[in-house]
Amino acid sequence: MLVIKDLKASIGGKNILKGISLTVKPGEIHAIMGPNGSGKSTLAAVLAGRELGEVTGGTVTYYGKNLLEMAAEDRAKDGIFLGFQYPIEIPGVSMVNFMKTAVNEQRKYRGLEPLSASDFLKLMREKKEMVEIDSKLANRSVNEGFSGGEKKKNEIFQMAMLDPKLAILDETDSGLDIDALRIVANGVNKIKRPDNSFIVITHYQRLLDYIVPDVVHVLYDGRIVKTAGKELALELEEKGYDWIKKEVENSIMV
Amino acid sequence: MNGISEVTSRYLYLYKENIDRISGMSSPYINSFRKGAFERFSAMGIPTKKDEAYKYTNLNIFFDHDYKSYFIPETADFIKAEEFRCDIADLDTLGIVLLNGFYPTINGKLHQLSNGVWIGSLNEAALKFPELIEKHYGKYANSDTDGLVHLNTAMAHDGVFVYVPDGVKLSKPVQVVNLVQSDEDMFSQHRNLIIVEKNAEFSMIICDHALSPNKFLTNAVTEAYVGENAHFDLIRVQNEHNAACKITHTFIHQEKNSVTSSNNMTLHGGLIRNSTYHHLGGEGAETSSYGLFLADKFQHIDNYVSVDHASPKCTSNQLFKGVLDEMATGTFNGRILVRPDAQGTMAYQRNNNILLTDDAKMDTKPQLEIYADDVKCSHGATIGQLDENAMFYLQSRGINKREARLMLMFGFAHEVIQNIKIEPLRERMDNLVMQRLRGELSRCASCMVKCG
Repeated sequence: MLVIKDLKASIGGKNILKGISLTVKPGEIHAIMGPNGSGKSTLAAVLAGRELGEVTGGTVTYYGKNLLEMAAEDRAKDGIFLGFQYPIEIPGVSMVNFMKTAVNEQRKYRGLEPLSASDFLKLMREKKEMVEIDSKLANRSVNEGFSGGEKKKNEIFQMAMLDPKLAILDETDSGLDIDALRIVANGVNKIKRPDNSFIVITHYQRLLDYIVPDVVHVLYDGRIVKTAGKELALELEEKGYDWIKKEVENSIMV
Repeated sequence: MNGISEVTSRYLYLYKENIDRISGMSSPYINSFRKGAFERFSAMGIPTKKDEAYKYTNLNIFFDHDYKSYFIPETADFIKAEEFRCDIADLDTLGIVLLNGFYPTINGKLHQLSNGVWIGSLNEAALKFPELIEKHYGKYANSDTDGLVHLNTAMAHDGVFVYVPDGVKLSKPVQVVNLVQSDEDMFSQHRNLIIVEKNAEFSMIICDHALSPNKFLTNAVTEAYVGENAHFDLIRVQNEHNAACKITHTFIHQEKNSVTSSNNMTLHGGLIRNSTYHHLGGEGAETSSYGLFLADKFQHIDNYVSVDHASPKCTSNQLFKGVLDEMATGTFNGRILVRPDAQGTMAYQRNNNILLTDDAKMDTKPQLEIYADDVKCSHGATIGQLDENAMFYLQSRGINKREARLMLMFGFAHEVIQNIKIEPLRERMDNLVMQRLRGELSRCASCMVKCG
């Protein structure tokens, strides 16, 4: 579904992504790990269509389309979802109105009628229960006054509402206590189907105790320097990132 | 008369031409203010940009113009005005229509409700209740900085009078629909007096509409007395057209432990100036002064707020927000005066503005004068664009750019709208603001004017 080839991107003249290649197939969960500053969030932003910097090379193909040419909202309508590392507070815009607009825009794109008010509320109720989000949160303004954990749970709730084909979760686990982490992970596991995929970006291994990845990539200095199965995450947890950095540096010296 | 500008001379002339006729229709007490007010107006003149309180507002565009001055409407006009109905379906109010500043004659000029409340024409009330008028009329409206207040006192003849006796809690709001209609360009002035006695509760909605596309200039003064422990909410909805200029001066005097709010919602108008004066004249009084303005084309919206903390332990809160598009300009001037004895004062002020184009312009000025030591005071002003991070957040959920912009602007405006306690009006304001932001005309369905 997603084929990234030699993707390069810079922000403010500084090269952040230095040639990333990655293929995601339906039903797969990919974990992208790596130390701070390695380019994980930039990769997520580029895939979601954030105009932060400049794509300087490479291609991204999503179901045969050139993803890089699509506007952020069109990517979302085509089934890409970004779970934000720092969800934005939007005072005055209610969660209900926000989700109703988003769901109906996406339905329109797929040639479906907008949901009726009662069907929409029913959908909200179902998904709230599914991801165990507090009912009251959905009656407030988007993320306004939410705790860190509530904001992350709200990302998962939005993901459940929008039912994406490819969800990119950018450090959704950061700042979560163990209970919130479990709720977030359970949400992902409930949404997961053979026809959708996840890219889970994380700094720590602990999220991967709950969400079991098919593939683990290590991103370092703008490149994927290692790709292996889920056991790689455990190895990183045990040994940290230093040995990878050393391996990379040694290979450059050779 | 050297030093008097040409534009001021127009209004001096207008006074001299009409004062006998106006006085002949008014109560002696109201007349007793006219000469003094005229002298003060003559000395101060029509404000110009040289006046600090009008630094960013050019009144000449509307004041330097030949208007038909409309001192008494005809019966046929009133019949038409009476037919006007506000179309907010669930809004259950006691309705009053003012036509060109006059209270219609048709169905009686003064009504008593069962609980001792009187609603009607100020001019009529001045004849029927001289003692109430003498106690309150002209006691709160005063200005050392604005000659237009005196121009109103010199010439205004009628307006709305409301009297809410001790302890009466009026469950329905009073809705005043201010209509202007004329086949010629027209200047009008009206004067409202609201008396809310101690322990009483009252809310009032004032809706400004123009029914014909002529050039209109309105200079209105409202005085409100709010007694001990009383509650008073005033909501003003301004929805006229680009050829209409509305100048309002609202003076709210508060006694001990009273609670008031004022909310100026400006959706449409060529030039708007709302001056709101809050006088906290008794210990423990509280007031909130809100405003929301949306402007485009060459519209200009000016909000001037003055909160006078004249007593200890009073609280005031100002929140004004504006969205300016195209070539529109706006001004906010928020004054907080804390007098030496006003210990324990809490006074807050915030003004946030969004400029949607490079040509839109906003001037904002806090003016804090604090003469007491035990005071909590804060003020903040921002002028900016829509938050890029919030835009991307909405877009990343599949909401297109245009819709995302609308949602953010609406959210921005809603922070002011949410303070309206009357639910059907709050919902209507949400709808009107949404329509306005979408670029659709936000006039009420029953409005007959196709304004552009």
